[in-house]
Amino acid sequence: MSHQFLPLEIHTSAMNDMKSHGEDAFPNECCGFFYGEEKNGVRVVLFAKRIENVKEGDQRRRFEISGKDYMKAERFATKEGLTLLGIYHSHPLHPAIPSEHDLAVAMPWFSYVIVSVENAGVDHVRSWQLSTERQFKEEIIK
Amino acid sequence: MATLIIPTPLRKFTDGKSVFEASASTVKGLLEALSTSHEGIQKHLFDDAGELRSFIRVYVGDEDINELEGAETKIEDRDEVSIIPAIAGGSK
Repeated sequence: MSHQFLPLEIHTSAMNDMKSHGEDAFPNECCGFFYGEEKNGVRVVLFAKRIENVKEGDQRRRFEISGKDYMKAERFATKEGLTLLGIYHSHPLHPAIPSEHDLAVAMPWFSYVIVSVENAGVDHVRSWQLSTERQFKEEIIK
Repeated sequence: MATLIIPTPLRKFTDGKSVFEASASTVKGLLEALSTSHEGIQKHLFDDAGELRSFIRVYVGDEDINELEGAETKIEDRDEVSIIPAIAGGSK
């Protein structure tokens, strides 16, 4: 099997929110969660939620989400009957390809959406998921 | 029984369940009980030396166990323990 992941369908409003967050935070990295459901063989992202980048020091190349914000995200998903599907973050002036730092702490199953932002605005968006061999494989965004 | 909250990305090892309950006196005991009863989850929680992986945080209630006694933090019945994956990264 060449691709074991479900395709990702990101609703336009969710995609726009992630992109605008990337531009608002530029030249720093932004980060957030997105929620939705898996239905009929598709992972559907219904909306995204901005989260504070708590990384101390230079945020142009790093992001971090606090443990408390993570707990809140899980509780929010449970309360709303949604699934926490993954995390997005931006790569200012850098392609949307996961770095070693992204890989080092990646969890299985989550989708990792990366928004590449250039000086003129968002350049492209790609999504990745960890394989069973702990390597990132690209997901198809429908 | 203490309650352990399983984060979404690890629920594929718990048949989709978000909660695991077991009797244990420490955080480590509770995590080991989870690992014993759910095959495949252990490697995501512990390294080869049996230490908690650096990208896994554990909270008892709203407190990070790193601010308490680490994996040896004592727990009581009705405590809610959460496994929290570290969410971080960056472009370079």
